[in-house]
Amino acid sequence: MAYQFDFLAVFDYGDMLLKGAAFTLAMTAVGAVVGTAIGIAGGMCRAWKLHPLDWLFGAYVELIRNTPFLVQLLFIFFGLPSLGVQISEWQASFLAVVVNLGAYTTEIIRAGIQATPRGQIEAAQSLAMGRLQIFFHVVLRPALQKVWPALSSQIVIVMLGSAVCSQIAAEDLTFAANFIQSRNFRAFETYLVVTAMYFAMAWMVRYALNVFGRRVIVARKPQTRGA
Amino acid sequence: MKTQRRSFLQHLGLASAAALMLSMPFAAQADALDKVQKAGVIKIAIPQDFPPFGSLGADLKLQGYDIDMANLIAEEMDVKLELIPVTSTNRIPFLTTGKADLVISSLGKNPERAKVIDFSAPYVPFVKSVYGPPDAAIAGPADLAGKVVGVTRGSTEDLALTDLAPKGTSIKRYEDNNATIASYLTGQVELVTVGNIVANAVNDKTGQRPMAAKFAVEDTPCYIGVAKGETALLDKVNAIIAKARADGRLNEFSLRWLKEPLPASI
Repeated sequence: MAYQFDFLAVFDYGDMLLKGAAFTLAMTAVGAVVGTAIGIAGGMCRAWKLHPLDWLFGAYVELIRNTPFLVQLLFIFFGLPSLGVQISEWQASFLAVVVNLGAYTTEIIRAGIQATPRGQIEAAQSLAMGRLQIFFHVVLRPALQKVWPALSSQIVIVMLGSAVCSQIAAEDLTFAANFIQSRNFRAFETYLVVTAMYFAMAWMVRYALNVFGRRVIVARKPQTRGA
Repeated sequence: MKTQRRSFLQHLGLASAAALMLSMPFAAQADALDKVQKAGVIKIAIPQDFPPFGSLGADLKLQGYDIDMANLIAEEMDVKLELIPVTSTNRIPFLTTGKADLVISSLGKNPERAKVIDFSAPYVPFVKSVYGPPDAAIAGPADLAGKVVGVTRGSTEDLALTDLAPKGTSIKRYEDNNATIASYLTGQVELVTVGNIVANAVNDKTGQRPMAAKFAVEDTPCYIGVAKGETALLDKVNAIIAKARADGRLNEFSLRWLKEPLPASI
């Protein structure tokens, strides 16, 4: 066991690692924003049983939550071209992340909306609040407050799971790792560095979401904080 | 007394047997060609599960480029052929332990192997090329600029293509051969870089998107393996390869099994 560690052999490819990390973070950011938007729409339709949209979202949620992410990705990239839908590997990766996260956030946000007692909406109506006002202040915000930790976790899970996008040649952080390892044959050093990078990124995303949750989602709601 | 004498004789027998065994490999190495011609049989190690080099046909008989080559060698040497099916991991031990006289088993050349066995002249091409639609005008690396080319990450053709491709070439590196092929068949890339054998197998199986060879990025042909130091046998094999190349029989093999004419490099 006289293995000579050589981390310089990995840092020679520093540019590639940073580019890969940026791709993964961009994918996560787009997935988080668009996926949460889908989740809010879907969660509402499901919670309030708006036929037939709630059935559509129900089918979507069941389909995505009961199939592997990798298979969804391969279907989008290699399957859809047979139907004439030709999209590039990065478009396929972004789309797969959005579609996947959207299904999970639909369920998470539906739970949050359903946890708001009906009486609160009636109370708001009796205070002559507008429909949009009721939606934002009485339905959405309390719902997001309740499920924010679950939502943050799901976003981090999807970011880590997006590593499989390297399979369709999307140049994310895992692709960079595999590429570097296939050139310098330094598997230990390469994957150790990339593991540390994923860890740091996951921690950063979680921290950013926590701060966002405290400042934006929970703000001006003193009764939920140590009241 | 009797038992003692017998044991002495046994010792003598063992000693002479040992001496015989020790001397045999040297005797065998001295002239494998002589041995083959005297026995009237040549033992050739071939693949049995690696089409198109060697595999069982519908009639359960071995067929393939390597099988044809083995038959050709036996025919030219006017001896009977004994085929020994081997795997890619045990084919060299079969040769070094004298269980086979020749290895014709899609054997590539590398310095480690050259230390333990000798190689004949190349007898079959193994070319990695850029493939694309038949009408795509790609004649050389320079034409790749602005194109999207798929390749299997970390393969030797990936390294060769990376070296050759001009600036502006977009190389998409996939996890394995299947993904690379799928990327081409589904139109996700305009061109792919794969081995001729892979490309032919794909063309045989699907007409989804024909693959036509554009230019070679790497040429790593296969050789016939001969035990180290068997110069007489090696010369004979090389002479047979040269003759078969000259009279067009190798070209026939290539057309039959690889579906393309023998390149000038062989």
